[in-house]
Amino acid sequence: MCEDLKKLIIEYVKKEYLEEEDEQEVDENTPLISSGIVDSFSMVSLKMFLEKKFEIKIPDEKATTEAFDSVNNMINLLKEFNVS
Amino acid sequence: MAYSNKAKEFFNGELKDMHTAGTFKEERFIESPQAANISVEYPVGSPPKEVLNFCANNYLGLSSHPEVVKAAHEGLDSRGYGMSSVRFICGTQDIHDELEKKLSEFLGTEDTALFASCMDANAGVFDVVLGKEDAMIADRLVHASIVDGMRLCKAQLYNYKHSNMEHLEEKLKETQDLRFRMIITDGVFSMDGDIAKLDKIVELAEKYDAIVMVDDSHSTGFMGKTGRGTHEYCGVVGKIDVITTTMGKALGGASGGCVSGRKEIVELCRQRARPYLFSNTVPPVIIAAANKVIEIISKTTDRRDKLEENTKYFREKMTAAGFDIREGIHPIVPIMLYNAKLAQDMARDLYDEGIYVIGFSFPVVAKGQARIRVQISAGHEKEHLDKAIAAFTKIGDKYKILGKKKKEIIEIYGY
Repeated sequence: MCEDLKKLIIEYVKKEYLEEEDEQEVDENTPLISSGIVDSFSMVSLKMFLEKKFEIKIPDEKATTEAFDSVNNMINLLKEFNVS
Repeated sequence: MAYSNKAKEFFNGELKDMHTAGTFKEERFIESPQAANISVEYPVGSPPKEVLNFCANNYLGLSSHPEVVKAAHEGLDSRGYGMSSVRFICGTQDIHDELEKKLSEFLGTEDTALFASCMDANAGVFDVVLGKEDAMIADRLVHASIVDGMRLCKAQLYNYKHSNMEHLEEKLKETQDLRFRMIITDGVFSMDGDIAKLDKIVELAEKYDAIVMVDDSHSTGFMGKTGRGTHEYCGVVGKIDVITTTMGKALGGASGGCVSGRKEIVELCRQRARPYLFSNTVPPVIIAAANKVIEIISKTTDRRDKLEENTKYFREKMTAAGFDIREGIHPIVPIMLYNAKLAQDMARDLYDEGIYVIGFSFPVVAKGQARIRVQISAGHEKEHLDKAIAAFTKIGDKYKILGKKKKEIIEIYGY
């Protein structure tokens, strides 16, 4: 399941944030926010995607830039909501 | 003393971090009116230096125009200095009403409400019309004041890839069940000078029943054949529901902004927008001068035509000189350098040559997208442009970037 989850989020990140001509590779460890791929304003899409997909509500205090900075960090965040 | 050493040390630490990261912003003292030629004291304590200004938003060269200054004097004499009131108590003069009507006519809208700034207009407008059952769908590169305004609004926030209409359409489909959707964009994006595809945006808004909001601050007064703005340039005058814009750039450059558009929305701003209700009224001196500005630019397109010619000339010559320039037609001309230090170093050397420009890097622009942003004005004469082109060429040659594109510049300097 964890592998599927990883794949699902990576696919979403690519579709939502990268342009077709971008050569950027994204894996589970790629820094997203600190590298500038996702800015803090655009992060809302990721949060909304995870909330809708897994029917959870991520409270603001948990929706930090660090928690969303890589696919692995997001997977760890999701574990707190029993999603794995 | 409530202001503890702990707090003091913490704040000083933050400032020190900015210095270390190179993001600390220093202000330079200008000892002359705003114009193409200015006198600058920099660094502090240095004798004033005459430089050519290529970083002001003074697109039409009206900031210190004699007729505008005269109108300001007359406004000061006839209507006084301050109003000591917000608009709805005793802060509305006849000239405020006159300017709002003139702006509506100029922009081709139904009504206009003045704000202390466009930042204030953007801070107020979303919360006035949208609630939690609605969606704001914004371009990812909208101005910081829009981001802040959206944060103050309870509507659900969505955003789409910069100027990507397929992605916008996806978001419109995704939000189909919500009550109202507002598409939110800058007319012209301030770092790249690129223009929103307002014709396509209006088409999508009509198809998906959405409201369109445009911040046209870098456009009002000169974009489009008669300078009405991006909506004129894109052929959609009368189809933008909400326009926010500023008098702090092309329209004299002092201060003040507005929300202009559908009359119900504008009236709701007067009744409910917190920055409108709780900020002091725009002072008469600025209103009188802004009325004159609208009069000047409604009478003739000479200044916007000259700006267009200057821009075309500068872009062509700089491209021929071998600079990597974001293509476009806007007087914001980004000279792409990709590396932050290179942008800072070149801007400093250009200043020594008498050309005042600023280097921009992350976080103002995306990582690896550092540039010098040149801003052309109708106040520039051909000789000013030639002097800037010569200085750029000399400094570009020094850093060996002429004729080089992104990949080659990055090979030398890195991101």
